[in-house]
Amino acid sequence: MAEKVTITIDGRTVSAEAGEMLLWAALDNGIYIPHLCADREDKENPAASCRLCFVEVQGRPVPVPACTLPVSEGLVINTRSERVDGLVAAAFELLMSNHKLDCKNCPANGNCELQRIAKERKLRLKPKNLPVLERNLPVDNSVAGLVYDPNKCVLCGRCVRACRRGGNAVLGFTRRGYDRVVTTFGDVPLAESGCSGCGECAGACPVGAFSVQK
Amino acid sequence: MSNNNAVAAAAFAELQETARESWERLREKPLILIGAATCGRAAGALSLLEEVKNEINRLQLDANIIEVGCMGHCYAEPVMVIYNAGFPAICYGYVKEGVGARIVRDFLTEGDPGIEFALAALEPNDLFPTFADFPRGVHENKIVLEQCGFIDPQNIDHYIATGGYAALVKALEMSPEAIIETIKSSGLRGRGGAGFPTGVKWETCRNAPGTPKYVICNADEGDPGAFMDRTILESNPHLMVEGLAIAARAVGAEQGYVYIRAEYPLAVERVTLAVQQAREKGLLGNSILGTGFNFDIEIFQGSGAFVCGEETALIASMEGKPGIPRHRPPFPAVSGLWGKPTIINNVKTLSYVPHIMKNGAEWFKSIGSEKNPGTAIFALAGKVINTGLAEVPMSTTLNELIFDVGSGIAGGKKFKAVQIGGPSGGCLPETALDTPIDFDSLTGAGAMMGSGGMVVLDEDDCMVEIARFFLDFTQKESCGKCTFCRLGTKHMLDVLERITRGQGRPGDIDLLQELAAKVKAGSLCSLGKTAPNPVLSTIKYFRDEYEAHINEGRCPSLMCKDLIAYYILPDKCERSCDACVGSCPVEAIHDNEDRIKVIDQKKCVKCDSCMVACPPQYKAVVKLSPPHLVQEKEKEYREGKKQWQKK
Ligand SMILES: Cc1cc2nc3c(=O)[nH]c(=O)nc-3n(C[C@H](O)[C@H](O)[C@H](O)COP(=O)(O)O)c2cc1C
Repeated sequence: MAEKVTITIDGRTVSAEAGEMLLWAALDNGIYIPHLCADREDKENPAASCRLCFVEVQGRPVPVPACTLPVSEGLVINTRSERVDGLVAAAFELLMSNHKLDCKNCPANGNCELQRIAKERKLRLKPKNLPVLERNLPVDNSVAGLVYDPNKCVLCGRCVRACRRGGNAVLGFTRRGYDRVVTTFGDVPLAESGCSGCGECAGACPVGAFSVQK
Repeated sequence: MSNNNAVAAAAFAELQETARESWERLREKPLILIGAATCGRAAGALSLLEEVKNEINRLQLDANIIEVGCMGHCYAEPVMVIYNAGFPAICYGYVKEGVGARIVRDFLTEGDPGIEFALAALEPNDLFPTFADFPRGVHENKIVLEQCGFIDPQNIDHYIATGGYAALVKALEMSPEAIIETIKSSGLRGRGGAGFPTGVKWETCRNAPGTPKYVICNADEGDPGAFMDRTILESNPHLMVEGLAIAARAVGAEQGYVYIRAEYPLAVERVTLAVQQAREKGLLGNSILGTGFNFDIEIFQGSGAFVCGEETALIASMEGKPGIPRHRPPFPAVSGLWGKPTIINNVKTLSYVPHIMKNGAEWFKSIGSEKNPGTAIFALAGKVINTGLAEVPMSTTLNELIFDVGSGIAGGKKFKAVQIGGPSGGCLPETALDTPIDFDSLTGAGAMMGSGGMVVLDEDDCMVEIARFFLDFTQKESCGKCTFCRLGTKHMLDVLERITRGQGRPGDIDLLQELAAKVKAGSLCSLGKTAPNPVLSTIKYFRDEYEAHINEGRCPSLMCKDLIAYYILPDKCERSCDACVGSCPVEAIHDNEDRIKVIDQKKCVKCDSCMVACPPQYKAVVKLSPPHLVQEKEKEYREGKKQWQKK
């Protein structure tokens, strides 16, 4: 068993395992910090790519992503501040400017991490200052029971890791910059990729880009 | 160890002896150097080499010819140097076809040095000025570039004969701690961009638990327009090799890598050969010079992604993973290649190391300024006259670098800005030309030191378009992993594209600044953290240009195609001349009833051909912005004519 340390989050004293990334320590103590890319089964290698879990750390000049911060005795954290809220709101608005918003027809409706973040942090789902960037990528429903709509994908990578762990490891990232996308090797439809249709991806996807259809 | 030291010293003395002999033998005959780095080759250095060799054979002259690297005078390529006994060594520039043979013939057979082709002499004399006599020479202080262009990069003997590898031998005699102490107290800061203290990095790596340790030379050089590292590796690769070996000795590594982009084939070739020659001489490999210290170097070719120059992406790419940055800490010095403590240093950083070991920390600190010791190496590009490489002490001003070293703006145009620090650097205006060149001052002014890229811009360059150009680069080269860099730069680019197309909206400048601030603060790696710099600095210094685009649909520099129109001035048009008509690829130019040429704006593709074709004595073709000025001008012309006809 790892050594226990005491840390302070938003004025609350909580106990956590030394070296545990702060995000998990907070979540396990019932303190919510927005996150999309964080993966509980691969805590040591945070992607730190969604840029939503910023917190203030006492003694640090700038906000830090909570998924990358190993906790140590006496750590003092604030999950909210003007700077943190500004960063989280900006990252969220950027993601929402590139997410096909169709909650009514979305299988994730009511169980969507984006909706949750919007609710917790009082953010708008529809971007206010930014135009919507439409990707118009084809929806892949080549495997029975599985639907992949890349236009909803926020590139958190949870499906990629879930597929590697529990599926046939057919998913990966490809391309650079704005064109980065989750797809199969050679961009072939899922049905031709070796996908077993196990649905691990849909279980991992926080935003309804991968979903299982009954 | 002292016994080992004596063995090493003796072994090295022998190497030096052989090297000096072969070096001195070169000078027993007239010696011709031809600058054949990539810059020289692009200007025809290899045919010059052929030509000179043929001439020497034809005349049956007794002379030595060697291919060297680049002296930094890229603007004057191809460059040739001749050492001829009884004369000062002379450097020739712009040696066009036929000229090389002629210079050699006249000089070697008739003693006519052909000074009309000379750039400068290399040593003081009564005949001809040296480089030091020009404004450039006052500022230049060559440390890393000292031997570039003067030794054969393919011959390790030349490097050894001119003092090479003595620093490694010295380092082998010192304790690793003492080496680190020397580098630390020299104040050397990393030349890859961030200016991180090199000695501190080495110490962290040395003290980090875990073996084996690795040292890596970062020669990815992905900045568009930058060619410092390439030139150094092509011109004097052993300097970096020696620096890397010293770094390895300091941190306790036995394996080093040079990460070099595959788009640099000549540099790859030169470094590969250098490593091989060093190995043959016992300066790399097992028990270097018999000291028991093992170190070897492997070359790793990257495939030209800008982001792979970022150290964590570089490591990922070496491990066979996609070249994508990861969160730091841990820093590579603690957990790098294969999770082991790893040093990553830029080519230039490592190239200073042998000099510091040889001349001492105090010597290094005496150059430049207190917090920024040593020199700065820049690749001058853009609208400056003397494009090429320059090495000046840190804290030389931008003004001195551009106007003295670079000889100012080409074509008699007016200086507008200097884009400094690579694609994520900033654009500084005339009022900032007094800024000293160093890490802190440039950052303070809204630009950055970067790796040494510098693009000079003149009155014809639109600052909004420049910002768009660089952001387009960083956006395309972004790995796309993190939200801010992937989407933030994309939105910024969309706004800039709109503005340069004349579709800017009120509030766009504020939107750009807000997005920029967030992308800088929120991005995962320095690519995103610095990508907004060109936008922010151009807004800061050239806001009026943004406003002209947005509010008036006008591009003050007449560069943005959508905001300009070509127009032929009726009173300047010669009428009987058809140059523009013939040059137009879309048949948009026709005669009006007065035989004055008129451009059909609907057909015009704004290719610039007519403007180029119009003979300089007429200069009748002009650009107008906003484009609707053309209609006004045409109306003016018709009305003027009516009035004239009435009279
Ligand atoms: C997007 C990006 C590209 C980079 N490209 C290079 C490069 O081409 N060469 C380089 O030496 N450093 C580059 N760096 C900096 C490296 O990450 C690292 O800081 C540097 O190699 C350290 O060497 P130094 O301490 O000698 O400066 C880049 C950084 C970023 C963020």
